[in-house]
Amino acid sequence: MSAAAIAFESVRVRYRGADRDALRGIDLTIAPGEFVALVGASGCGKTTLLRTVNRLTPLDGGRITIDGADIATLDPVALRRTIGYAIQATGLFSHMSVARNVGIVPELLGWERERTAARVDDMLALVRLDPARYRDRRPRELSGGEAQRVGVARALAAEPRVLLMDEPFGALDAIVRRDLQRELARIVDDVGTTTLFVTHDVHEARRLADRIVVLRDGAIEQCATPHEILSAPATPFVRDLFAEER
Amino acid sequence: MSYLGTHWAHVLALTGAHLELVLAALALAFAISLPLGVVAARSARGSTLILGILGALYTIPSLALLAVLVELFGLGTLPIFVALVAYAQFVLVRNVAAGIRGVDPIEREAAIAIGMTPRDLLLRVELPLALPVIVGGLRIAAVAMIALATLGGYVGANGLGALIFNGLALHHSDEIVAGSVASGALAIAVDLGLRGAERALR
Repeated sequence: MSAAAIAFESVRVRYRGADRDALRGIDLTIAPGEFVALVGASGCGKTTLLRTVNRLTPLDGGRITIDGADIATLDPVALRRTIGYAIQATGLFSHMSVARNVGIVPELLGWERERTAARVDDMLALVRLDPARYRDRRPRELSGGEAQRVGVARALAAEPRVLLMDEPFGALDAIVRRDLQRELARIVDDVGTTTLFVTHDVHEARRLADRIVVLRDGAIEQCATPHEILSAPATPFVRDLFAEER
Repeated sequence: MSYLGTHWAHVLALTGAHLELVLAALALAFAISLPLGVVAARSARGSTLILGILGALYTIPSLALLAVLVELFGLGTLPIFVALVAYAQFVLVRNVAAGIRGVDPIEREAAIAIGMTPRDLLLRVELPLALPVIVGGLRIAAVAMIALATLGGYVGANGLGALIFNGLALHHSDEIVAGSVASGALAIAVDLGLRGAERALR
């Protein structure tokens, strides 16, 4: 698995019918293996920015490169199979077992059955779900925390170059959430995938991220390490956002 | 009911022929409805057009349709077979489309986000998730087709209709009753079977 560098160059997005840009020229460079949290109020563009990376949201200006290749020139299906994606609602396929959900991208990539099965067990173990107990369950038989773990396992199964996560722990209670944050920190340390993580929880961002990008009205307000954000907020908005963390 | 007692083997054979006709028509009808249903699920305009045409077809009185089909295909099994296939379209297409539209948009988007092609999305996510609704359509269509297929007796097709129309012609009310009871029993049996399948899939 090789972690990828991502570069956003003047990235602009305007949704159809909107009277202003959802992203107003984002410039951002992410190093291989870096964990970057995108924070800001709802509607600030953080989810939109995340979704531009796997081309769920098309650009209206600028470009995005992964390891130097402009993603607009790549086949979107092939691109997405190299990018892990985990979201708050999990998006697990309700008619498939946990094992098939986790192994779906390897299956799409045409991995051999034994290799996929072994990888599924590895991934379940990685997110601390006993493969023997969970492999054959359906998503509806899982708790919120378990479903979220399966979602993370699925996102990582095909050894992605980039991991995109959109408030993956947003719907969980505080204890489970704390637990999963700790596990995610361990996992990304282990696998070292370049990770973009959307959250409105500044505490979560501070715990997990190498760098925090604060977005406001579709533009970057500040982009810095958690330490810098706390010690030297660039604007009153950033200072207020992180007020409780200091 | 004495007729059923004495001629049970004959009634059973006709029931078998009846079921065979319905199942063959259902299979062809389903094969046609599946792509139509997918198109109807994908585009609002396609849905309006396809369901509009099929809805209009559905309102044609079955005897009138059958008369036209006899003109085209002559007497025998073919006209009733075509009528069955045509009448089933409305229910089948509507349920295929409704089943696909009913798939959780989050699951659909997750499928795209992880790199499924439109074909993967349809075959691996949308159709499996739509299956209970699709089977529901098959059930309703099958029951309606079993009743409708008795009209085949009027145009010389084999099946329970032959018994009923023979009874009508010869004023043998016991044949009419036997044919009707067998047709009803067949419809109930098929309904129960597919209902079970539907429930198991949910």
